[in-house]
Amino acid sequence: MKPAVLTGEHYMTGDEACAEGALAAGCLFFGGYPITPATEVAERMSARLPGVGGTYIQMEDEIAAMAAVVGASCAGVKSMTATSGPGFSLMMENIGLAVCTETPCVVVNVQRAGPSTGLPTMGAQGDMMQARWGSHGHYDIIALAPSSAQEIFYQSILAFNLSETYRTPVLIMTDEVVGHMSERVIIPDAKEIKLMSRPTPKVGKERFKPFAPAENGVAPMANAGEGYKIHVTGLTHDEKGYPVMTVDAQVSMMERIMNKFAKNLKHILRTESHRIEDAEIVVVSYGVSARTALAAVEDARERGIRAGLLRLITVWPFPSEMICSLAARVKGFVTVEQNLGQIHLEVQRAAAGKAPAYLAGHAGGSLISPEQVLDVIEHGF
Amino acid sequence: MGFWRIPLDTTDIDIARGRVHILEERCKGCGYCIEFCPKKALAFSSKFNQKGYHPPYMIKPDECVNCHYCEIICPEFAIFSVEVEPAEEKQA
Amino acid sequence: MNPKDQNKYEEPNMVDTPLHHPLDDLLRTDRIPHIWCPGCGIGTAFSACLQAMRTSGLDLEKTVMVSGIGCSGRGAGYVKLDSYHTTHGRAIPFATGMKLANPDLNVVVFSGDGDLFAIGGNHFIHAARRNMALTVVCVNNFTYGMTGGQVAATTPYQAKTTTTPRGNHEAPFNLPLLAYASGATLIARWTILHARDLTECLKQALQHSGFSFVEILSPCPVNYGRRNRQSALDMLKMFQDKCIIQNNASPADLEMDFAKRIVLGKFVHVQRPTCIETYDKTCRLADFSKGKAA
Repeated sequence: MKPAVLTGEHYMTGDEACAEGALAAGCLFFGGYPITPATEVAERMSARLPGVGGTYIQMEDEIAAMAAVVGASCAGVKSMTATSGPGFSLMMENIGLAVCTETPCVVVNVQRAGPSTGLPTMGAQGDMMQARWGSHGHYDIIALAPSSAQEIFYQSILAFNLSETYRTPVLIMTDEVVGHMSERVIIPDAKEIKLMSRPTPKVGKERFKPFAPAENGVAPMANAGEGYKIHVTGLTHDEKGYPVMTVDAQVSMMERIMNKFAKNLKHILRTESHRIEDAEIVVVSYGVSARTALAAVEDARERGIRAGLLRLITVWPFPSEMICSLAARVKGFVTVEQNLGQIHLEVQRAAAGKAPAYLAGHAGGSLISPEQVLDVIEHGF
Repeated sequence: MGFWRIPLDTTDIDIARGRVHILEERCKGCGYCIEFCPKKALAFSSKFNQKGYHPPYMIKPDECVNCHYCEIICPEFAIFSVEVEPAEEKQA
Repeated sequence: MNPKDQNKYEEPNMVDTPLHHPLDDLLRTDRIPHIWCPGCGIGTAFSACLQAMRTSGLDLEKTVMVSGIGCSGRGAGYVKLDSYHTTHGRAIPFATGMKLANPDLNVVVFSGDGDLFAIGGNHFIHAARRNMALTVVCVNNFTYGMTGGQVAATTPYQAKTTTTPRGNHEAPFNLPLLAYASGATLIARWTILHARDLTECLKQALQHSGFSFVEILSPCPVNYGRRNRQSALDMLKMFQDKCIIQNNASPADLEMDFAKRIVLGKFVHVQRPTCIETYDKTCRLADFSKGKAA
């Protein structure tokens, strides 16, 4: 029987590495529904989970898959699902439930070109704004964007650690290319993998309030069957978890949910920079597009243009302050993404007119070429 | 309920006796307990509770046989009966 | 009756009224009175459910109530157990995840007809097909009560609702037949008037190892009855007149005819391996027990 952590050197696809990362993170429940190009995550989990004490279930649709994931997490088990655009749309309802009930869970979106059924077998990054705001109401969310099979392995672990630490759904916004690309993946020894678990109640069962935040803004969580007799609802609720239909309750609930991110932003935000110390033009990218962007930056340097790459590891929350301070000293930004301008808008917003921001985008279905990016770098400014 | 004949063992059988308790403030005046009490022992009172409903009261407290039907049909958790020990009943 | 006569009996009975209803320890009493309207039967169905839980012998610390959205969906908010009020129609898949993640939990889904059979219909049939070990309690009040009384998948033919002002032209579901066709292993129908049979049946449903489904017919006097000239008491009296009990009746014969007859009873009670049992048998290695990975 294979252990949860497959320590060693492997050649596997991004989807498979995603599943292996989740298993290494202690995921024991997967609620699935087949969809190209995310199916391989479910397939891998269905084969692996029963062997490590977990459970895979293929639900009747993505709505049910996401509901089952939230339910399983409420029962105390690290839970996840994986899907693509159309399924992501259906999952929005219960991602909202997880946000409101502060239930940790991980949702992988192996993006394909949309809208609607789009190009099922071809990659895109068109769901980035949906990741941010897709469920109704105001909320904050964490979304990661891996660029390689190796990185998706680590981001799966990171996603579980963040979701457990901050009691929030975490999205892994990968895409068809990363999902289906086979690369070398090194899985470390289990002892080297740091795992986080949700904060547990610190007070007695009678006094425990499931939504009373601790110092860091995150409320300790009781799971079903532990005897705390908690009530959890998607209605606006107080710290006790009871529904309260007042403006005051709404205001303070939103404050609690938003505070988790505001108070811990520096622990959540992750970016990677390449040659931006002296850069005049900062290329902002994430996921598979960052690979193109890196090539373009190197090409630009060869031509004597001082370009640098800012790669977003957490796309959400967005590193606004970083962009803002860069804007004060650089000539401009180029955002590289496989859509027609989503994170580009964020870069523009954060740059706040202090520096111009241009887009090297694509409608989806094909990678952006370094030449296209280079063209924007060379002629945009 | 009337009997068309008296059962032979009627003197040997102890019919349970109950006492009905009403949590008046929970009552919403649906009247289920009154309508379906097999002994017709309950009626609407003239008083109002805080929410403006007329809670029931026992018009025939001695008739209660502790069947608990009022308790289980009540949607409001507002009425229940407890068994009265025969000795207690005699004292009362 | 002369109001003066009333007080004769009233006072002595009130003096020593204990403050605690026998089910108070299973209720979040700080949230009572509940939101359900006067004459609404959900409270009775809920009370029967609590009483059944109490007498079922289940470990209540390990018992969870999951609800969807709607009037009946508020049930989870009043039970003093771990309780989850989820999204509209999704109580069953949420409960499915919960049960699979921790099979030691007894998971009870308490929700309404609109939630479970319109928006949640797909989830119901699949959970029944899998024989997921859940107890699904459906309060059928023939309408969408919370939103003001719109037509539902259970609204009787020709009944008036806010969205069928000239009468419902669609046919309602026969819920026990739907459950049967989907593979549910315990199927019953009662009304809130039959509270004693209902409680006993709910107890069996809770103790049942597979997917159990109990439909509870219940009046919605404010948003359904009012538009059909039927008070809460009228509906209960109709139940009294028209209901007949036929245990083991064929689910195909259970269409409700309010003018003639409504069949109640426990129709199906069979054993079939549950989803968890078949998963363990098929997908796990024989010597492997959950949670003990190498």
